[in-house]
Amino acid sequence: MRIAVNIERCTGCGQCIDSCPFTAIVMQEGKAFINEYCQFCRACMSICPEGAIIEIMEEGDIQKADISDYKGVWVFAEQRDGMVASVAYELLGAGRRLADKLKAELSAVLFGSTEDQAKELIRWGADKVYHCKDSIFEKFNDEPYSQLLTNLVKTHKPEIVLAGATPIGRSFIPRVAARVRTGLTADCTALEIDGDSGNLLQIRPAFGGNIMATILCPNHRPQMATVRPRVMKRGEYNADRNGEIIPVSADNITSRTKVLETIKEVSECMVNLQEADVIVAGGRGLGKPDGFKMLEELAEVLNGAVGASRAAVDEGWIPYSHQVGQTGKTVCPKIYIACGISGAVQHLVGMQSSDIIIAINKNPEAPIFNVATYGIVGDVYEVVPLLIKKFKEAKQ
Amino acid sequence: MNIIICIKQVPDTAEVRINPETNTLIREGVPSIINPYDLHAIEAALKIKEKTGARVTVITMGPPQAEDALREAISMGADDVRLISDRAFAGADTWATSYALYKAIEKLGYDIILCGKQAIDGDTAQVGPEVAEFLNIPHIAYIRKIEDVSDKSIKVQRLMDEGYDVVESPLPVLLTVVKELNTPRLPSLKGKMAAKKAVITRMDLNAIGAEAENVGLKGSPTQVKNIFAPQSKADRKMFQGSVEEQVDALVGELRGVKCV
Ligand SMILES: Cc1cc2nc3c(=O)[nH]c(=O)nc-3n(C[C@H](O)[C@H](O)[C@H](O)COP(=O)(O)OP(=O)(O)OC[C@H]3O[C@@H](n4cnc5c(N)ncnc54)[C@H](O)[C@@H]3O)c2cc1C
Repeated sequence: MRIAVNIERCTGCGQCIDSCPFTAIVMQEGKAFINEYCQFCRACMSICPEGAIIEIMEEGDIQKADISDYKGVWVFAEQRDGMVASVAYELLGAGRRLADKLKAELSAVLFGSTEDQAKELIRWGADKVYHCKDSIFEKFNDEPYSQLLTNLVKTHKPEIVLAGATPIGRSFIPRVAARVRTGLTADCTALEIDGDSGNLLQIRPAFGGNIMATILCPNHRPQMATVRPRVMKRGEYNADRNGEIIPVSADNITSRTKVLETIKEVSECMVNLQEADVIVAGGRGLGKPDGFKMLEELAEVLNGAVGASRAAVDEGWIPYSHQVGQTGKTVCPKIYIACGISGAVQHLVGMQSSDIIIAINKNPEAPIFNVATYGIVGDVYEVVPLLIKKFKEAKQ
Repeated sequence: MNIIICIKQVPDTAEVRINPETNTLIREGVPSIINPYDLHAIEAALKIKEKTGARVTVITMGPPQAEDALREAISMGADDVRLISDRAFAGADTWATSYALYKAIEKLGYDIILCGKQAIDGDTAQVGPEVAEFLNIPHIAYIRKIEDVSDKSIKVQRLMDEGYDVVESPLPVLLTVVKELNTPRLPSLKGKMAAKKAVITRMDLNAIGAEAENVGLKGSPTQVKNIFAPQSKADRKMFQGSVEEQVDALVGELRGVKCV
């Protein structure tokens, strides 16, 4: 396939040139020309007022692997120190929904850990758990993880494989995709089944969160995706749910890398930010470090944690460990209160999946209001003290 | 010792925006740069070179214009560069990109391969681990410190969710690096001169010995179906009136929410 310009229609207006994220369009003799920078994102096709940019199919474009044998949805359940990570339960929630839609089974894959944890996966929605107890999985090494998951995928042929977009998932899942020769979509924030084709629509941010893209893997199986933690909702927990645990052996699984030491460096604040139901966050609009004292007070009233935008961290008003956004933490509390945060996309990607977003900003045009559930236009130094007072009253 | 660094030329994404009405990217005058993480990979290689006398080769897969990125790498101190470029490579996803890089790297010889943690445009962080799998060598992702390196092995700190691991691997190995690892040096005057004069060797489909059906768009299992602007909430409520009235209204709305 190629994206090409129909030079008869092209008027040389140049709008496509600005629309291309890859500088792939140049002007040649008054007509647009698409060069090999093209990544086939099709951004130019929708902007051309003349409809002069077209997709040309070429011979050999469609290479269908035999995909009809692949059935079922799999969730890779990551464990740390033997405990299943919470992202695995979120994935079971998402996976259950996809499996029901496809009328297929939902299976979890657990390496290391215990039978008790495997049972938890069933209670959170899995029909089956492939469980390998071998001690080689105690610490995370890429090779044993990718070798065994590759073997299981090749043997059982699932249609969809999901894993957490964590340091572990993002590190070893690509090896599995490379080995089984299939596509892998990174860091998804939404997953749907396409009604017509039954393909998985994988939605993810790219360009540092400035754009969203829908990714398809139409001709290869399984369709693999890593999914951002704290974005998907857990399903129903059912203590009486039954399922099958299938033991898996680790024969011929080896590791060349070796973990010598594991050092925990979790500051209390990090834990708080990721676990808190309420986050009160401040940005440049606070104007001074003291503003965070006020936010702490509000956070305390609401039993919440304090977050910050990069601007506030860069100003030195609050340590980096509080930073929310692209280069900080991704959070998903029940309530996120953004105080004096303008709402740069880099911040939004870290918090926009919060249930309720309250934006407080002097500037009614601030982009934070675009993602807000509730907006108050006003000075934070007027609004926040009043909020503290009213919440205190409401509590009594 | 041979060190290979994979770099990608990317648009400076801090300046890329999307027009919410047309769902197209606005990128007037957005400059092309070396992917910022890859600068840290180059720096790490140059540090190892200073210690062990390793030979440092920087490669990129991209269109002819990606030559600029390679010249910048030479100006920082790279010994050699390769431009992996062919029309057949266009439109590659991470699978097809990694496959082409693997084929090229096999031709070059290597003990350590360094990649950035992720490219700031595609943002997948998948190319490094996929290249390692194709080469059938171990990899360690998200390296924040190199504690020790010898002819035979390397000891590094790998960033994890709750801290870090100290990991050891025999060579050859592939590492992907994060920004905490080091501060990339600026080009020297001598380097800039060398960069200007350098003849950039290009490797095409034949030179890397890859099959056409495994590279570029044809070799790519994933497709970008469409792109769009991050969504704004449709059901947002802006309060009216004085600050006190707005606050009252908000507290009223939240009354039903459990955690308040
Ligand atoms: C909007 C959008 C979304 C996309 N989503 C996906 C997706 O989910 N899955 C997918 O498989 N592809 C995806 N792609 C395609 C992907 O961007 C390209 O395959 C790209 O060539 C490599 O991926 P990356 O930019 O994510 O690099 P990463 O994997 O993030 O790069 C990591 C490191 O690999 C090295 N590297 C990367 N590219 C090169 C290169 N060309 N030459 C030398 N070294 C390199 C660098 O060291 C870099 O720091 C997407 C493309 C777009 C435009």
